[in-house]
Amino acid sequence: MFVRRNPQLNRNDELIHLLSIEGLPASIVHHILDTAGTFLSVNDREVKKVPLLRGKSVFNLFFENSTRTRTTFEIAAKRLSADVINLDIARSSTAKGESLLDTIANLSAMHADMFVVRHSESGAPYLIARHCAPHVHVVNAGDGGHSHPTQGLLDMYTIRHYKRDFHELTVAIVGDIVHSRVARSDIHALTTLGVPEIRAVGPKTLVPGDLKEMGVRVCHDMAEGIRGADVIIMLRLQNERMGGAMLPSAGEFFKTFGLTAEKLALARPDAIVMHPGPINRGVEIDSSVADGKQSVILPQVTFGIAVRMAVMSIIAGNSA
Amino acid sequence: MSAEQRTMQTLITNARLVDPRSGRDERGVLALADGRIVAAGRSAPHDFTAERTIDAAGAVVAPGLVDLCARLGEPGHEHEGMLESELAAAVAGGVTSVVCPPDTDPVLDEPGLVEMLKFRARSLDLARVFPLGALTRGLGGEAITEMAELTEAGCIGFGQADVAIRDTLVLHRALQYAATFGFTVWLRPNDAWLGQGVAAKGPLATRMGLSGVPVLAETIAMETFFELVRDTGARVHLSRLSSAAGVELVRRAKAEGLPVGCDVSIHQLHLIDVDMGYFDAATRLVPPLRQQRDRDAIRAGLADGTIDALVSDHTPVTEDAKHRPFAEAEPGATGLELLLGLALKWGESMRLDLASTLAAVTSRPGAVLVRSSLGDASAPSGLAIGAPADLCVFDADCSWAVDTNRLCSCSRHTPFAGHELRGRIRWTLVAGRVAHEDRSVDAAGD
Repeated sequence: MFVRRNPQLNRNDELIHLLSIEGLPASIVHHILDTAGTFLSVNDREVKKVPLLRGKSVFNLFFENSTRTRTTFEIAAKRLSADVINLDIARSSTAKGESLLDTIANLSAMHADMFVVRHSESGAPYLIARHCAPHVHVVNAGDGGHSHPTQGLLDMYTIRHYKRDFHELTVAIVGDIVHSRVARSDIHALTTLGVPEIRAVGPKTLVPGDLKEMGVRVCHDMAEGIRGADVIIMLRLQNERMGGAMLPSAGEFFKTFGLTAEKLALARPDAIVMHPGPINRGVEIDSSVADGKQSVILPQVTFGIAVRMAVMSIIAGNSA
Repeated sequence: MSAEQRTMQTLITNARLVDPRSGRDERGVLALADGRIVAAGRSAPHDFTAERTIDAAGAVVAPGLVDLCARLGEPGHEHEGMLESELAAAVAGGVTSVVCPPDTDPVLDEPGLVEMLKFRARSLDLARVFPLGALTRGLGGEAITEMAELTEAGCIGFGQADVAIRDTLVLHRALQYAATFGFTVWLRPNDAWLGQGVAAKGPLATRMGLSGVPVLAETIAMETFFELVRDTGARVHLSRLSSAAGVELVRRAKAEGLPVGCDVSIHQLHLIDVDMGYFDAATRLVPPLRQQRDRDAIRAGLADGTIDALVSDHTPVTEDAKHRPFAEAEPGATGLELLLGLALKWGESMRLDLASTLAAVTSRPGAVLVRSSLGDASAPSGLAIGAPADLCVFDADCSWAVDTNRLCSCSRHTPFAGHELRGRIRWTLVAGRVAHEDRSVDAAGD
């Protein structure tokens, strides 16, 4: 069989696309987090811009709706002085029957330098990276249930900011893991950075046993899952999972796996609570926890902009 | 020209004759007349006058390959000439008999459609085509088809291609009805609900965020089929197994004496889920690629006879249909031209002799076909005297790289692209006529 090259690295093992955290060396992850740290101060300046991507065109291609992620990418690109073009593909060309690769070919002809792609199918950014011009960079902004690497990286930035060291942490990820690209990216990032205990917590319909192979401990009991945790990452529960065969109701989920102040008391006293947003209050998390002093949900958003600036500036500096 | 050629008395000399049915493997000549084998031995019969001689020095002469699962694009793609390109691909791969599933457009559920397909295939004069008729109208799983009429039109069995019958009552009646006439029902075991994913359920599908088909989808369907076979006595051929558990269930069913058989495709014989790489759409296949232990069980099952045959599962897919995100890409791959090479590769790794290896793509699928066709005279029967002169002449040791731009098939997608395979076809004969000849003489070896 063939040994396939990791398509997000060039021959010198430098990052040219960001498609997944899986397979990235820890050195690259740390480099992104360090770079994000330097950009964080840009966000606090009077003039919030650096000229690293001046003259470059960044196309936000969102084949699946999103406001938050797209906005943070847009802000990040603008703070790097790039020209940003937002395309709401979900409602335009594909609706007219144009294929994904035709869309990409057309946008490439408009001299795009970077595509930020969100798609409902796992692997779509790989297809785009494989078929776009060599000078074009692709950032995966979420593909199906596969990967959401910038979210994973901003979560790592957040953990590093509050906990400093990864090597003695217990991290619990709670909720709909089977459908979550955020959970997968977090798991890859946490294992890459040397976190010794990662727990995946939820009912068997949402937390498959196969996850063990990704290096996590699978817990089907909330108390067992969060006891002694340093970090709790709550996942958003999609409404469409409710009322089918996955879960009987939002109420029952909240009762069994929702994070309340009572359950949070089982974690370490200095534990932080994270959530990729947008949150469902009273479904996966209680308001008193989401707004409580252990919550770092809003700082995550701020860090997200710096991390996306770091990713875009790093890949733009490397060539295929 | 072809009619003239058909009657041409042909002598194949300097051959290594390998007949998987009898296990014979010896040097000799083969004399062909009136589309049949008339003599086989050390030298030609004295009264035989050859109008054409094929010097098969250095090559193996074996019965033509029998592929129990290849889609030929007709009805549905007449304007693209797909039947011609795919049957050319068949003979280029040494395949002389092709069983094609009924999931065409329109579905093969009316005698007229079957007659038209048979007629068009005959007029192309390449490989023999044995259509499977739809078991239910439009493959809808509600009303059974006119199986007796369809058999008269040329169907050799009835199936549902990849469309599962959800209603067990309909399936039960379909098997009862087929059993009335002794027809064989060809079914791919896949539970309609559990079997909806795009990759095999397991750690890799979970990691890639792809919806997984559990082994249960296969075994639950098989248990249902076997119970219905016990009740109705219908003969069932299971298409394209994918799991170790499935192979084990067939082994037990055969030991019990149930009238069941099964096949496996070249993909499940050689590949596993890891070969999906970075969402390579060429590996978007039905059934999906499973794990190493499944592949190991399939390889052993094909060798010990639990699995009756190796099939190409040839499915032409256009470029546009593959250049999509993994789950949206159309499943399937081109395979007719790879069947021999991949059979040889398997035989070599299992340390089988050539006759036993070739049996998995000649005599054993041939036996399935003969049984299913209720003894159709044109069905293949090895290198015996009087057998149709359907032959495959190939260099067993000559290796070639799979270059998808040089395939006869209109479809270029296969996960085996770039692989090095052995066994280069030099001539393919159907009814004594040369249906394919390798013209790249330099590749012949020496």
